[in-house]
Amino acid sequence: MKKWNAYFAAGLLLAGLLASLVILGIFWTPYDPTAMAAGPQFAAPSLRHLLGTDKFGRDIFSRVLKGAGTTCSIALLTVAAGAVCGTAIGALTGYFGGVVDEFFMRLNDALTAFPSILLALVIIAVLGPGSKLNVVIALGIVFIPSYARISRTAFAALRDVNYVKSARLMGAGPGRILMVHILPNTMPVLLPALTIGFNNAVLAEASMSYLGIGTAPPDASLGYMLSEAQGMLAANPWYALGTGLFIVWMVFAAGLIGEGLQRREGGVS
Amino acid sequence: MKKRLLPLLLPAVLLCAVLSGCGDGSTEQAPETQAAANEVTVGIAQDLDNSLDPHKTVKAGTREVMFNVFEGLVKPTPNGDLIPAIAETYTVSDDHRTYTFQLRKDVQFHNGDTVTAEDVLYSIQRCADASETGIVPVEAFSVITDMSAPDEGTVVITIEEPSNEFVSYLTNPVIPADYDGQDTDPVGTGPFRFVSRAAQDNLVLEKFDGYWGTPAYLDRVTYKIMENTDGLLLSLQSGAIDICAHISTTQIPQLQEDFNIEEGTMNLVQALYLNNAEKPFDDVRVRQALCYAVDRQQILDLAFDGYGSLIGSSMYPAFGKYFDDSLTNYYSHDPEKAKALLAEAGFPDGFSMTITVPSNYQPHMDTAQVIVEQLKAVGVNAEIIPVEWESWVEDVYTGRQFQSTVVGVDASTMTARALLERFTSTAGNNFINYNSPLYDSLFVKAISSGGDEAQTEFYKEMEADLTKNAANVYIQDLADLVAVRKGLTGLQFYPIYVLDLSTIRYEN
Repeated sequence: MKKWNAYFAAGLLLAGLLASLVILGIFWTPYDPTAMAAGPQFAAPSLRHLLGTDKFGRDIFSRVLKGAGTTCSIALLTVAAGAVCGTAIGALTGYFGGVVDEFFMRLNDALTAFPSILLALVIIAVLGPGSKLNVVIALGIVFIPSYARISRTAFAALRDVNYVKSARLMGAGPGRILMVHILPNTMPVLLPALTIGFNNAVLAEASMSYLGIGTAPPDASLGYMLSEAQGMLAANPWYALGTGLFIVWMVFAAGLIGEGLQRREGGVS
Repeated sequence: MKKRLLPLLLPAVLLCAVLSGCGDGSTEQAPETQAAANEVTVGIAQDLDNSLDPHKTVKAGTREVMFNVFEGLVKPTPNGDLIPAIAETYTVSDDHRTYTFQLRKDVQFHNGDTVTAEDVLYSIQRCADASETGIVPVEAFSVITDMSAPDEGTVVITIEEPSNEFVSYLTNPVIPADYDGQDTDPVGTGPFRFVSRAAQDNLVLEKFDGYWGTPAYLDRVTYKIMENTDGLLLSLQSGAIDICAHISTTQIPQLQEDFNIEEGTMNLVQALYLNNAEKPFDDVRVRQALCYAVDRQQILDLAFDGYGSLIGSSMYPAFGKYFDDSLTNYYSHDPEKAKALLAEAGFPDGFSMTITVPSNYQPHMDTAQVIVEQLKAVGVNAEIIPVEWESWVEDVYTGRQFQSTVVGVDASTMTARALLERFTSTAGNNFINYNSPLYDSLFVKAISSGGDEAQTEFYKEMEADLTKNAANVYIQDLADLVAVRKGLTGLQFYPIYVLDLSTIRYEN
């Protein structure tokens, strides 16, 4: 049960670097990310424009900084929404079992039956495209089933262990038992699930924007930029490379942290 | 499942780059064999309508292809005139109400039958009552009060009121009266005859030897349907496709080696259309301010690599007769003037607005992005709302629930009326709620004026009215770039959405 390991440290380092860039991007970017003709069109990477410029002469590095922020915040909010709702459902069904369990789990199965991106598309179609909040809501709903299932198993497993039984004997109510006695002990399972969820959310947001229903232009998001870059791959490969690199970076860092957490907790590898 | 989608997508995207990089000139042989056989393959981005019956055509893309197969009594020319086709000559009575067409004697259908007056009457009648399922009614035929065929080679049509445009609707395809296989095996009188079709894949035309006019140069034309843009590009580079219209400027550098890029126009009026009934666009000063704030040349430079023709009203340059070039630069780019006008209208600090854009049309999305930046400079904060095409049609075009939108409006027939009638205050398709009493009265004068010249003048005055009242922020007619393999020549552009293959030939 080492507290630190190489995966965790490397992940934290990468994530820290990225986070500082993203935070920097909120307050300052080399150029206005939506300003057109900041440089020549389709400029190659140079000291002036670290990742070159796009079709409109916008600085790609500035756009990536802003876009990474957008993508990151959507991913974090999505995971938060999905995890909170999912864990709540998982806790109730896992702890109480019975009819409630059957009902929610069948509902869960129904949701899982849809391919996740397709389900998100349907929800977006209902809520209306082009709004970041709607993307968070749609992806959040899509993420609920997996968290519900993971936490249900964890809560069900801990329902009858001795310290929970003792707490019950001492007169602790279900709320206290769930929050204070069981929840902290499900962390070894839940924390890695969170980081994996973050990865999925980054990729899902990118896919949604790539399909043109996530972030609305001229705002930048990594997925939207990637879809723009696709049309000019042959002529301007650095546009796709610079943007793609940031997505890989983000997912890789979160992946390392997740791996590190699992190893640290000695959970399933 | 979620996790797998993008990691797969990314390498796929990168792989495409590598593939298209290697695609150059790998198969030089294919084009040469085609030249020997006098054939070409044309790439099109979408499949045709399910029915190939010309009276059931809905998609512009179908019309573009079948233009080579069908003809009407008259047909359009590249410079926008109408010349007799199946009719040899026609005369108009003094009261401009009766048209007498003398048919050519030697016009044959692709099935070998000779075109008779009966076929002509049948074809017009079929579109006039549109009683058969799927027929797209031709509204203009509702003014016909009488049609007759005094003899085999004469057709007389009488209409309710004089109309200079009536003839232009007679480009409507003439088909045999006693043939019912048009849906799958269309028969017309054009320079090419239909051979075969494989849905979602291809369509083959062959030169029609019995054509009455100048015969086509090519013996055989294959249309290849390539819905994927990258696939289309690869096919062009590998030599599988010889001609492709509507390519994007970003594809030019990859094609220049083997292709001539011919530039025509899309024949669309692209504009930032403003809902004139919606605040603050109900104030003419605000609309004018936007016209001054938008730098159209910069839009062309940034979003279209400099291609495109600037316009100043609801008319595009290809319509030479009706296009008034003096309106093009009525509003020059002048942010200071824009700010002054906004201040005068009560918006010294600008305002916020939304631009609804059909998101599947990248040219319009790109244009909107540039406009957003330009409006920022005068304090107007615009937000783009991307919508899919169906909701655009429902909410913006039909429902008129929008502030502004970037889109291209085309003309369904080769008449000024097709572009201008929509802005009369009572027109059902006046989606911008334009309301100018002067405009309405000019329109009444235009359609009731007997002479063609007088009518053209009225139409030009209508265009000027749209410009002066800044009905919309007019931008451009988009460039239509056509890649034609080197060695092929003779491409002609029309003021309507067609690709005429009869004039295309191999240089020798």
